[in-house]
Amino acid sequence: METIPSIRVKDLTRQYGALTAIRKVNFTVNPGEVVGFLGPNGAGKSTTMRILSGIMSATSGSAWVGGICVAQNPHEVKRKIGYMPENNPLPDDMRVVEYLRFRSRLKEVPGHKLRAAVEEAMEICDLARTARRKIIGTLSKGFRQRVGIADALLGDPEIIIMDEPTIGLDPHQIQGIRKLIDNLRGKHTVIISSHILPEIERSCDRVIIINRGRIVAAGTSKELREEFLPSNRFSLIVEGNDSAVAACLAGRGIDAEILECTPIAENWSELNLRVENEGNLGPQLIQLLSNQREFILHSLAPREPNLEEIFLAATKRSWEETIETKPKISA
Amino acid sequence: MLFISPHTYIAAVLFLCLMGFIYWAILRGMVNTPSETLPTVQFFSVFWIPVFFVVPLLTMRSIAGERSIGTLDTLMTTPTSRVAVILSKFAGAYLFYMLLWVLTIGFPLVTEKLYPNAAESGALLEVEPLVGSFLFLATSGLLFISIGIFASSITRSQLVAGMLTFTTLFVVIIGGQQMGNLADAGGELSSWVVAAVNYLQIFEHLDDFSRGIIDTRPFFYYTSTTFLLLGLSTLVIEAKA
Repeated sequence: METIPSIRVKDLTRQYGALTAIRKVNFTVNPGEVVGFLGPNGAGKSTTMRILSGIMSATSGSAWVGGICVAQNPHEVKRKIGYMPENNPLPDDMRVVEYLRFRSRLKEVPGHKLRAAVEEAMEICDLARTARRKIIGTLSKGFRQRVGIADALLGDPEIIIMDEPTIGLDPHQIQGIRKLIDNLRGKHTVIISSHILPEIERSCDRVIIINRGRIVAAGTSKELREEFLPSNRFSLIVEGNDSAVAACLAGRGIDAEILECTPIAENWSELNLRVENEGNLGPQLIQLLSNQREFILHSLAPREPNLEEIFLAATKRSWEETIETKPKISA
Repeated sequence: MLFISPHTYIAAVLFLCLMGFIYWAILRGMVNTPSETLPTVQFFSVFWIPVFFVVPLLTMRSIAGERSIGTLDTLMTTPTSRVAVILSKFAGAYLFYMLLWVLTIGFPLVTEKLYPNAAESGALLEVEPLVGSFLFLATSGLLFISIGIFASSITRSQLVAGMLTFTTLFVVIIGGQQMGNLADAGGELSSWVVAAVNYLQIFEHLDDFSRGIIDTRPFFYYTSTTFLLLGLSTLVIEAKA
């Protein structure tokens, strides 16, 4: 039996007057996946999320959440979604526990389960012992984010959508939120929007990159690496004449380019090397670059392109390409 | 949000202080110049003074405030219907408004307790004008609060919502009275114009109610406009969410 995708979006378009915020967006998210929604500011991330959560209607196209059409039955869709909006708005005058109880009632959590639901959400977000009776207005940014996430978890929704959950947090708090998202993996379908790339890379199974209202790439980090930056990359530390490295490799029939050269000490430099040849080139390169007169190779390590580079490559390519030419995206 | 916000209680204290002062002034006035009208009737005839500031204070935050801090969005992601949101905002503000008026019964009670021989027995707490006046406040309150809710639903600024509410209340309460004066002065106006203007005379309604004349026309006026404004507010938050 075919499983119903948690989210399916088909040709979704939203216009604000003359401005098209998103144009013919297509993607699918399967149950239990943690998906990162990535894009520069103003790319259309929040618009897509607002449409999915039923706050806003689309100009054209369709979206299904748990097999239910958002436009036809927004009420039912809202029961399946826990949504944490951008900037995480909270009422400053309420206490944490009061607010979460109030939200549980709004989310139609049955009376006899209400207390347990609030306790569970507070426990998951580590609020139960630290901030239970605190007034929300007095909480630090990290705790506010936790309250927002606890709110999204209430009512045990099938899908949790978080718009920029780690914005403005310090590294400790980011780590806490990351652990929290890890705990949700498998139990809920999670969509996180962010423009903080390492965050998405660490937390998400799959990434969807959106730029100027269009989806420009979708897949796992590995798939995206192969698609956008297929060549091998290495990081080298050499002592001596660094410009001789490329010449040495070219002489042995290896097509290499030095992308970046950073001096780290007198006569020492760190090189960022791109090699077009495929296959496991590490041992070959070590052999070729050892015992050279002009330079001494101190270290050589393969370098995985990070999501930042993929993102830059994908958004650059999106100027020319559209989703229609990339059938892989709607997989 | 209304009941946890300090603004609400500040509005309540201001209201009770002002009304207490007005009641004291009326009693003092009666000591100096005896009057035929009961203090209760005189007291409720200045209902418009607190309405002008309490209604905007109670309603301006209701939707505009939620919209400006973004909690309206989180509210809209729950399975609660738009109608329920508007009705609960309205009910909260309306019940609090009525509670404030109910508390003013404390003034004659305190006076009677402290000075049992000062007034003729029962004059301060005569039931009929009290019931009539409260019935008037309860029905007119529907309209006043719904004006506030509607003004709050169309903007994201609490200040604008407050000013809009104040101005609209002014037009509805004082404007109706002025139109009545004009109609009286005109003399030759056709009867349907006079009837229409009389229909909007809020002070006349109070007069009738406090004398025990319970007419269905004011009921219809207040409840129909309330439904209209609350319906419009629902449409506005549906479109502007």
